Amino acid sequence: MIRLLLRDLKLAVRAGGGFGLGLGFFLIVVVLVPFAMGPDTSRLSSIAPGVLWLGALLACLLSLDRIFALDHEDGTLDLLATAPIPLEGVVVAKAAAHWIVTGLPLTLAAPGLGVLLNLPSDGYLWLLVSLAIGTPALSVIGAFGAALTVGLKRGGLLLSLLVLPLYVPTLIFGAEVARRGAEGLAVVTPLLLLGGITAGAVALLPFAAAAALRINLR
Amino acid sequence: MLTVTDLTCARGGVPILSGVTFSVASGRSLILRGPNGAGKTTLLRTLAGLQPALTGSVEPGVDAIAYAGHADGLKSALSVAENLTFWAGVFGTRGIDAALSAFQLDALRDRAAAHLSAGQKRRLGLARLLVTGRPVWVLDEPTVSLDVASVARFGAVLATHLAGGGTAVIATHVDLGFDAEMLDIAAFRARAGSSDFDRSDFDEAFL
Repeated sequence: MIRLLLRDLKLAVRAGGGFGLGLGFFLIVVVLVPFAMGPDTSRLSSIAPGVLWLGALLACLLSLDRIFALDHEDGTLDLLATAPIPLEGVVVAKAAAHWIVTGLPLTLAAPGLGVLLNLPSDGYLWLLVSLAIGTPALSVIGAFGAALTVGLKRGGLLLSLLVLPLYVPTLIFGAEVARRGAEGLAVVTPLLLLGGITAGAVALLPFAAAAALRINLR
Repeated sequence: MLTVTDLTCARGGVPILSGVTFSVASGRSLILRGPNGAGKTTLLRTLAGLQPALTGSVEPGVDAIAYAGHADGLKSALSVAENLTFWAGVFGTRGIDAALSAFQLDALRDRAAAHLSAGQKRRLGLARLLVTGRPVWVLDEPTVSLDVASVARFGAVLATHLAGGGTAVIATHVDLGFDAEMLDIAAFRARAGSSDFDRSDFDEAFL
């Protein structure tokens, strides 16, 4: 599993690996929102937590179909399925690689981009915390969706439609943590729910994704 | 050693082959023959555990079997050595030098797989078999895009593997240069409509 994780990270930073794709998209969304909404700073600061979370989520969605599709095309997935690693382990390693390549940079970049949206100063910490806790769920749920659509040619549309409803709870509670943090309110309840969603997704979805992969490899 | 007993292989829920029974002793190889679409690939994928058999058993289990299919499973951004080292790590073996030299890939070890020719990619894909350390090789058309010299080299590697107590099941139309048992799988073709499996598994339609 560690080998697979390291290989995926190595592939991501090599040419054409897609590292920075999500980050670039996130940057574009957050830079363009103030132009679209107008320069009213109070309005911007009230929508900042939601926009940052939405941008991060869509950026995450952008790179999901790469998780298994590339390995399926060149036959690596067949060979991994016959390797001594359980497919559940393959899913965990791939989701972890996706998070390190996409979710982690988004989390680290979000506070910097918060400046562009005039995010209140109380909000930076909670934005960082909510993204750090919430983005692993996005990667694992995305890996499940990618496993379901792995055999399909151009399954990107179906993948997005399958995954979006599953992303909604994470978005609601993640953005709620960031919003409450920005307004100086108590954040414990949405933070616990966000953590619960992530923990549940990380614990259960690798098994569902591995089952979907087995069916798609037939 | 590989023993297959009364195996029924299906593709998309439709039985293709039924009653497949054969045994290959250690140090021996079996060559599968049959026209295109006869089910050679389906049988090999079932042996490798990539798809479940409807009935029957394969001994030993999938942990003894190394599978090589039509695709080589290479990452074009990684070098030859990196590709092979990855698979050695996944299969928990060490040392890729023997596998590289067996297929004359030493000179190419630092070249990115994207810059290999089709035959060189194939040789790298076959070199992966050596780093798996598994005794039973299940090979689907291993000689595609290999030149005559490389086919002979592959035959020599295969002969070494068999001499070391290994076993191989190969679907090929090419003479590999050593005597092996032949099995024409057309004899096991499942008769359409005669099967018990046709409508037995309602859920299968949705998978």
